[in-house]
Amino acid sequence: MSTQTAEPPTTTNSGDGSDDERVRSQSVLTRLLTRPEFGALVAVVLVWGFFAVVASDNNFISTQTTAAILNRAAPLGILAVAVALLMIAGEFDLSVGSVIGFAGMAIMLLVSSSDVGGLAWPLLPALVVALVITAGVGFLNGIMVITTRLPSFIITLGALFVFRGLATAIPRTVTNRTQLGGFDTIPGADAIVSLFGRKIDLFGARFDISIAWWLGLTLLAWFVLSRTPIGNWIFGVGGDDNASRNVGVPVTRLKIGLFMVTASAAFLVALIQVASFGGADSLRGELQEFNAIIAAVVGGVLLTGGYGSVIGATLGALIFAMVQQGIIVTGVDGDWFKVFVGAILVVAVVFNNFIRTQAQKR
Amino acid sequence: MKSRAWLAIAAIMLLILSACTSVDDSDGETADGGEDTDTAETDDGGEEEPADTGGEEEEPADDSDDSSDDSGDSGDDGAVAQRDYRFVVVSHGQSSDPFWTVAANGVSDAGDDMGVTVEYQAPGTFDMVEMSQIIDAAVASEPDGLVVTLPDAEALSDSVQAAVDAGIPVISMNSGSDDFADLGVLVHVGQTEFEAGLIAGERMAEEGVTNALCINQEVGNTALDDRCGGFEEGLDGTVDVIPVDLADPAGTQSTVEGALSDEIDGILALGPTGAIPTLAAVENVGSDVALATFDLGPEVLTAIDEGRMLFAIDQAQYLQGYLPIVFMTKFLDTGALPLGSVDRVVLTGPQIVDAETAASVLEASEAGLR
Repeated sequence: MSTQTAEPPTTTNSGDGSDDERVRSQSVLTRLLTRPEFGALVAVVLVWGFFAVVASDNNFISTQTTAAILNRAAPLGILAVAVALLMIAGEFDLSVGSVIGFAGMAIMLLVSSSDVGGLAWPLLPALVVALVITAGVGFLNGIMVITTRLPSFIITLGALFVFRGLATAIPRTVTNRTQLGGFDTIPGADAIVSLFGRKIDLFGARFDISIAWWLGLTLLAWFVLSRTPIGNWIFGVGGDDNASRNVGVPVTRLKIGLFMVTASAAFLVALIQVASFGGADSLRGELQEFNAIIAAVVGGVLLTGGYGSVIGATLGALIFAMVQQGIIVTGVDGDWFKVFVGAILVVAVVFNNFIRTQAQKR
Repeated sequence: MKSRAWLAIAAIMLLILSACTSVDDSDGETADGGEDTDTAETDDGGEEEPADTGGEEEEPADDSDDSSDDSGDSGDDGAVAQRDYRFVVVSHGQSSDPFWTVAANGVSDAGDDMGVTVEYQAPGTFDMVEMSQIIDAAVASEPDGLVVTLPDAEALSDSVQAAVDAGIPVISMNSGSDDFADLGVLVHVGQTEFEAGLIAGERMAEEGVTNALCINQEVGNTALDDRCGGFEEGLDGTVDVIPVDLADPAGTQSTVEGALSDEIDGILALGPTGAIPTLAAVENVGSDVALATFDLGPEVLTAIDEGRMLFAIDQAQYLQGYLPIVFMTKFLDTGALPLGSVDRVVLTGPQIVDAETAASVLEASEAGLR
C-alpha cells in the first residue's frame, strides 16, 4: 500500500470489476479533468479574469491589489490546507476559527506584563506553552470524536463555542479587557515579528511574510498527502475507516493527529496575527472555520471524505480572497460579498462534481 | 443530459456576472471616468472637470472658467457639480446594525450632494484583521480619499499608515478619537467615547442610580469599553459589564433578564441593538430600573417619548458619515480642513435626547437620518 502513488481512490466505482480500472490507460485530458483541483484552477482563472475586466479602472491588475489578495489568502490558506487534510480523512473541524482567537489570547496572556494582568513570561517558553495548549485543543477534539463516536461536526461545534467563550471570558476576568496589545514591546518580539508578521516590499507593494508560510505549508501538506504512506492512510481513512483499520492503518492516532494539525494551523494563524497586529482580540478568526471549509470544498475536497487535494484547498483560499478583495476594488458594496461567496461555493461544487462524473465516464 | 448540465452552469455563471455588473452600475452612477488616479491636481485639468454649473454655494477656486459647458449632469438633480473624485469609506459596523445604516446613508447623501463617487465597505463580523485587509484592498484601488473608523487603532495602524504613505488623504470617523492623529489621519469626526459615557453616568447619578449594568453588544470594540468606563466614573457607583450578541436579540433579552437582580437600579445599553432587547427584558421582568442607551432609533425614541426609557446619548452618526465626505471633497478642492479645536476632533456628540426632545427627531430617525 505504501508504495502506491496517491491518486485519490475513486470511491464510486472501486477496483475489482471485470474491466480492471486500475490498469486502464487514461488520456492526459481525462487525468487532468479528474484532478480534484481542476475546477478550482478554472475558477481562479475565471474569477481573476472577471475582476480584471470589471475593475480595470480601479487598479485591479496591480501589484498592490495582488499583494492585498495574497495577504488575505495566506492565513485562510494555512487553515484551509490543514482543514482539507482533515476533511479528506472524513472529519470536520468547526473549532479552528475560535481556536485562532483562543490561541492569540493564550499567547498575549502569557507574555503580557503583570500590570495588565498577564503572566509576563519570557517569549519563547510562552509561545511553546501556547502551542502545546492549542495543540491540546486539537487532541481533545480528536479524543472526543474517537471515544464518543459522535460526528466530529457536533464535537467541534461544541468546541467552537467553548473556545470562543474562553477567549472572551478568561481575558475579561483576568485583565478586564478583550483586546490585549503591545506585543511589539515585549523583549525578543522583534525576532517573532520578523518571522511571522513582517511585510516585505516588492515591486512597490507590501507582501506579508505569511504568504511564505502558506506556500511552505501547502508544499509540505502536498508532499505528505501524495508522497508518503500517511497520505495514503488519510485517503483510506476518509474512504472507509473500518476497512483502513482492518489493513493496519492507525486510524485513531491518524485522526487525533490531524485534529492537532488543524489546531496547530490555527495557532500559526493566531501567531501571525499577533505578530502583524501587535496583539490579540477575543473575536479574531470569527467565521474562519466556515471560510476554511468553503476554500477546501471549492478546491475540490469532498464533504464525505476520501477525495480532494491540498493544492485545491490553497486555490480555494485564493479564490475566496480574490472575490473579497475584488469586490472592494470594484467598488461594489461589501454587503454583496456573502452573496458571491455562496454562489461561487455552489457553482464550484456543481462544476467539480460535473467534471468529475463526466471525466470518469470516459 | 450533458449539454443541459453545461447550460445550467453557464446560466448560473451568467446570473452571478450580471448580478455583479448591475450592482456595479447602480453604485457607480456618479460617472467617474477612467482618470481617477491623479489625486490632488484637479484644479488645472479643465476638460475632464465636469463643470460646476455656476452659481451655487461651492468653493470659489475653480468655477470661473468653464461654467458654460455643462457636460455631465443633465440627470436627476442638475444643480450638483460632478467631481471626478472617488472616496472609499471603510467602517467596522456590521450590516445588521441599524446604527450603521444611518451612517451609511450620510455617506451616500454626501456623495450625491458633493457630486463624488463614494463606496461604503464593512467587514461581515467585528474583525479587525478583515477590516485591515479591506483597507488594504481599498488603498490598492487608489481612491482619491479614504474614510475609516478606528475601533482598534493598533490593529489597523499598518493599513492606515500605508494609505497615508501612498499619499491618500485619510479622515477617521466614529471611533478612534484618541489615536487618529498618530496615524497621519487628517481629522476625526465623532464623539469622544469616555466623555459620552461620563455624561450618561452623571445623568444616571442624578436619578439616584448607584448599581448599574453596562450592556455591550460589540465586545472587543475599545470605544464601547471606554463608554462603560466613563459611565462608571460618571455614576461613581458599581457598573457590571454584560456582553451580549447584537445578532441575537432573544439571547440578549434572556441574558439581561438573568442579570437583573434587586440591587440593580440602572442599565446603560451601548446601542439600539442592545437597548431594545434590554427594554423588553426590563418590561418582561417588571423591573423599574432606570434605562438609557447610546444612539437613536425609532423604537428607542418612541420608548423615551412614552417614558419607558430615560434618555439616549446621540452622536449623530449621520453626520459622521456625511461630514468626512464633505471635508474630503473640500480638502481636495481647496486644501482647507476644519481643524476646529486643538486636537482636530470635530465633535458630533454626545447630545442627550430625552422625553422633551424625543418626539421631534422621531421622523428623521424613521427616515434613517438620525
